[in-house]
Amino acid sequence: MILRVGIDIGSTTVKVVVLDENNKLLFRSYERHYSKARERACETLRSIEDMLRGKDVRLVVTGSAGLGVAKAAGLDFVQEVYATAAAVNAYIPDTDAVIELGGEDAKIIFFGGALEERMNGSCAGGTGAFIDQMATLMNVTVGELDELSLKHEKIYPIASRCGVFAKSDIQPILNQGGRKEDVAASIFQAVVDQTVAGLTQGRELKGRIVFLGGPLHFLMGLRERFVDTLQLDADHAVFPEDGDCFAAMGAALCASDYAPRPFDELLRLLEESRTAVSVVDTMPPLFQSQADYDAFTARHNASTPPQLDIGAYQGDAYLGIDAGSTTTKIVLIAPDGGLLYTYYHSNLGNPVAIVLEQLREIYRLCGERVKIRGSAVTGYGEDLIKNAFSCDLGLVETVAHYRAAAHFNPDVDFIIDIGGQDMKCFKIRNGAVDSIMLNEACSSGCGSFIETFAKALGYDIAQFAKLGLFTQKPVNLGSRCTVFMNSSVKQAQKDGASVEDISAGLSISIVKNAIYKVIRAASADDLGRHIVVQGGTFHNDAVLRAFEQELGREVTRPAIAGIMGAFGAALAARDLGLERSSLLDEGALASFTHSAKPVTCNLCTNHCSLTVNSFDGGRRFISGNRCSRPLGEKKAQLPNLMTYKYRSLRRYCGKGQGDGSRGRIGIPFGLNMYENLPFWFGFFTALNFEVVLSPESSRKLYIKGQRTIPSDTVCYPAKLLHGHVEALAEAGVDAIWYPCMSYNNDEGIGDNHYNCPVVAYYPELLAANVPSLKTTRFLTPYVGLWRRKDFEKRAVKLMEEEFSIPCRETRNAVHNAYSEYQSYLWDVRTMGEQYIEYAREHGLPIVVVCGRPYHIDPEINHGIDELLTSFGFVVLTEDALSAREGYAPRKVLNQWTFQSRMYNAARYVCTQPDMQVVQLVSFGCGTDAITTDEMRSILEDGGKLYTQLKIDDISNLGAVKIRVRSLMAAMEERARR
Amino acid sequence: MAELKYDKDGRLLFTKEMKEEYTILMPQMLPVHFGMFRQLLILEGYKVDMLTTNHRGIVDEGLKYVHNDTCYPALLVIGQLIDAIKHGGYDPHRVALFITQTGGGCRASNYIHLLRKALEKAGLEFVPVISVNLSGLEKNPGFSLTLPLVRKLIYGMMYGDLLVNAANQVRPYELSPGDTDRTLDKWQEALIHEFQAGRGMSRKQMRANFDAILADFQAIPVSREEKVKVGVVGEIYVKFSPLGNNNLEDFLLSEGAEPVVPGLTDFMIFKIFNREVDVNIYGGLWIKKKFCQIFKGYIEACQRDMIEALQKTRFRAPGTFEDMHQLVQGYLGDGNKMGEGWLLTGEMLALIHEGVPNIVCTQPFGCLPNHIVGKGMIRKLKDDYPYSNIVAIDYDPGATKINQENRIKLMLANAKALAKQRQAEKEPAGAGV
Repeated sequence: MILRVGIDIGSTTVKVVVLDENNKLLFRSYERHYSKARERACETLRSIEDMLRGKDVRLVVTGSAGLGVAKAAGLDFVQEVYATAAAVNAYIPDTDAVIELGGEDAKIIFFGGALEERMNGSCAGGTGAFIDQMATLMNVTVGELDELSLKHEKIYPIASRCGVFAKSDIQPILNQGGRKEDVAASIFQAVVDQTVAGLTQGRELKGRIVFLGGPLHFLMGLRERFVDTLQLDADHAVFPEDGDCFAAMGAALCASDYAPRPFDELLRLLEESRTAVSVVDTMPPLFQSQADYDAFTARHNASTPPQLDIGAYQGDAYLGIDAGSTTTKIVLIAPDGGLLYTYYHSNLGNPVAIVLEQLREIYRLCGERVKIRGSAVTGYGEDLIKNAFSCDLGLVETVAHYRAAAHFNPDVDFIIDIGGQDMKCFKIRNGAVDSIMLNEACSSGCGSFIETFAKALGYDIAQFAKLGLFTQKPVNLGSRCTVFMNSSVKQAQKDGASVEDISAGLSISIVKNAIYKVIRAASADDLGRHIVVQGGTFHNDAVLRAFEQELGREVTRPAIAGIMGAFGAALAARDLGLERSSLLDEGALASFTHSAKPVTCNLCTNHCSLTVNSFDGGRRFISGNRCSRPLGEKKAQLPNLMTYKYRSLRRYCGKGQGDGSRGRIGIPFGLNMYENLPFWFGFFTALNFEVVLSPESSRKLYIKGQRTIPSDTVCYPAKLLHGHVEALAEAGVDAIWYPCMSYNNDEGIGDNHYNCPVVAYYPELLAANVPSLKTTRFLTPYVGLWRRKDFEKRAVKLMEEEFSIPCRETRNAVHNAYSEYQSYLWDVRTMGEQYIEYAREHGLPIVVVCGRPYHIDPEINHGIDELLTSFGFVVLTEDALSAREGYAPRKVLNQWTFQSRMYNAARYVCTQPDMQVVQLVSFGCGTDAITTDEMRSILEDGGKLYTQLKIDDISNLGAVKIRVRSLMAAMEERARR
Repeated sequence: MAELKYDKDGRLLFTKEMKEEYTILMPQMLPVHFGMFRQLLILEGYKVDMLTTNHRGIVDEGLKYVHNDTCYPALLVIGQLIDAIKHGGYDPHRVALFITQTGGGCRASNYIHLLRKALEKAGLEFVPVISVNLSGLEKNPGFSLTLPLVRKLIYGMMYGDLLVNAANQVRPYELSPGDTDRTLDKWQEALIHEFQAGRGMSRKQMRANFDAILADFQAIPVSREEKVKVGVVGEIYVKFSPLGNNNLEDFLLSEGAEPVVPGLTDFMIFKIFNREVDVNIYGGLWIKKKFCQIFKGYIEACQRDMIEALQKTRFRAPGTFEDMHQLVQGYLGDGNKMGEGWLLTGEMLALIHEGVPNIVCTQPFGCLPNHIVGKGMIRKLKDDYPYSNIVAIDYDPGATKINQENRIKLMLANAKALAKQRQAEKEPAGAGV
């Protein structure tokens, strides 16, 4: 009898199994390898030496990290999805589909018909490592996360595409008091959605489904979410006993095809390959010697504010609180900035409790000697803490940080703050915050990212950071988002990099991310001469050193780098010059209570997930709202061209001037239809069709079409189209009209007048991927509207072919179409003029939101327009102004009509003192990689501020608020001067 | 030293003096083809160097000077050029850069502008950039794509496609390693000599050369072993360039597969055909259409010469452009032209019909046209051809080789399983009992 051994080396674990000739499992193990995969595998094999010593065995390796190990040791290898399929075939033969989640991979296998096997693409988290990361974020173990999830009451929508996105969704929920139980279940739901959306790609998941892999084996809450979502009964959801080891079992089964070899030889090969060193992409060390390091620390420790003894101090004091996303920072200062008390701690998912405890401590220490005369709060949890404790002032983080930095270096011209979740950089020009750069969702490789890695490798963060200081060969991990970084680390591990090399490499990659992705700088001079760095992450000496090395310039890191936000808030509180702070006093704290309850707001179609925080004495704070309606206030009614356009467009449906006798024609309300709808409405109603619009976009509509999206990295506006066409097919229209348009209208303001490839050809993608379009007439002819006579000819031909419509009628319809479109354009411009007049009469600032026409969809912009009006802006759109400027050469090829409008609008704004631009960018929009730099340079050359808001399927209004409020603060500062 | 001259929009021109004094650097996409293009340009009196560098520094330069969300090819090409100016031992004041410009609706038309922005950022704004295009964009006094030169380049492309096609079919099977590449080198040199002597540039001479080339390749001793054939399609740069696709062809070879890489000719015909289609759909001058038809007809005739030459041998011959155009009906319209447009789907269909259902579809991360014509069509292909086995691989500065290779390995494992399954279906169940 020859035993078969399967070894599955994944990104985080090693699985070893031994099978006998009847495929019976003789041994199995599942262990974490903490990046020491080879060693772990050897140890496990040693532990079963008694069973195998002196025998011939067939041994096959599999797994994402197994490839390198197998190659180095000269062992046989099979691909892990293939191995899994083999195991399922052998043990659970009547299976229809397999879902396997691993540490960093998600896989799906369809049996029945032709075998189809698929893995997640490179930009897809939603796996074991993602769950680990989320658990760390919530400060619980994965096991606890699982238990919490089973007690959930509601599910929040959380971005499922990748861990970074999810984090920025979860953080606000936690900070605003959402229940951990609900968040835990929502995390699992995100994983389910990601798997279903990302991997099925149009093939239906039905029949008997087998769930495999570590996370699905151990996490009951995750299982529950899968079973619920796919609506499976016990017979159709199979969770095999050894589901965590199936790939290894499959490898052992596949081993039958390979030659037996003596076990001792195999083990020796594996052990000896341990020392094999392959080439790793490395960088220069951070420090050459201890002396270097000592000089470095001495230089940085010089910027320290005076420390005062709170036990002896007598007089006034000011409190600053920075309720950050992962940590809470508190500072109590004397009027000269001397530190009386400082506090820096992870907020453990509940900042209110932390602040409460700290305030009690501060009051105890202060006694009767110290009088708190002002209090201010900043950071993600600003609103919550301000309401909970009646602070005097809330201020946006950027301003708080500038205040603090200027205290240490009045000449400061560039500040970079890397915190747990955010990276904020801004330039200071003429004493005001000038240009703000925040990390966009995709590059959030911030502090908590290193921390999660440290934990995954079994270290605490301080320890881990120190490891890298003196390594001679830090690995080059690139500069991308977390998901990519995970696989870079995996590759480095495979190539034999040590934990020390990885630690240094991670620090360097964070810095590169900041410099090249967030700041987009080519040299140190792009930043400034007096750079102040702050934020908890810069306490990490490796990060600080890497930053200086990368820039080739010395920077200032105040010794209180981690609490600069709180320090700045305290300075702001001081400058309020109050007689008495409204902060809850010691007595009030004694009776302080806090409870948080999740509710869904039903006042409009947004259905925001609100959290109602109740405090003692009836104080209440509601968070998660986008408008002021749930607060019982009247909705802000300032002129808003985005809403106006949206409402006008929704009216283009029905029979119009015609009688509807030719039938019902469906038009999906998405992408370029936000521009062309009036045209097609004019066209089809003149032909006596009834125009049926697809419903308004919503998350539900998105989910409806989600499973047919073939490319998970396309922009959200395009993804929404799948739901729109399905809805039209269900509505039973006679035909759906969605033409392909390579070219847009030629407005004479660009070098060419294209649509972007996605807008141009999405109809064809829908036709190929949405099953219900096979039974509904779906018309996607190529048309161009900018040559009227040629369009007329083409329209006549198309209508003749498709509907046998006589030529004369079509000609007339074409005429009607153009005039309908013209009057829509005219209407938008006229309204724009009226809104400008209104703003000027009332002395209100104007924001021109520059984006694409479809960015007015509330499901795409997540209510940003209403947020802007609630801050007192009048909102205009780019198309209302673009015709006010003519053609001008640009430094980029100005070849897309919609994008040309933005350039023109920006140029016009530069001529108007009361206007500012906010650019909306959909995540994944390729053309905006080109437009954003150009927009920035137009605006900055014109003396304007540049504000960009990145939006995706999930709203993160927190980040939007920071930008908008920073913009307002900068505008105020400029006005003051 | 040549004086810096600008046009009325402030664009730095490549002057006649520069032609004498400057070395023009060109990025490399297809090693064989571009090598020949370089020789042809040298014959025209230009000093041209083709960049063959391939190291991490290129990506780092790219990341530094190009918006990081821009497509990967832009990042690589620009990174490679800047890296060469800075570290390639050139006098920065005596180099100019070649870059192609397509003028289509995809981001790629912006490469030249991104390159200029990058040069400015790097303090190299005095380096002239020459646009190579057939649309009459950006003229330079010191460089022009004359009709005779275009004709020569077309011949260069035809030879390139044939050489690569034959080499790809021999290399995986050669008995003595290096035989194929030696033959390839030999012919590249021989052709250059012919070009210098003014030969090899007519269809008749080309046909004769084709036969001689194929005879040489056929003479290389090969094994009879069966290998999995894997088609490579995708965004044009990452499909062809080893720098862009992490040496994909070498990897496939090392995995015991035979890479099948459709050539450049179809892409050229496609780009000309697009102009003809534009007139059909949107209207325009008939003369423009006629000119395109003649131009396209000429290249198609050359393509037929190549196909016929291959058909006379044991090698697989590709289909014509028109064959592919027929296959793609019902998938994408003729108007789908940005990037690789319907050609990409067409190539996948042609491969499936040629008996190469295993395909790697390469694209830069976030490539806009490929959302539609690459990933967007895989579902329908799988429905229509259940045994097609297509894996989409994204390329990006942060994407790791291990991740990509693991997915390609899955595709290869699938290929074997599907072949088995297909075999089993052909032999009715129970036949062996």
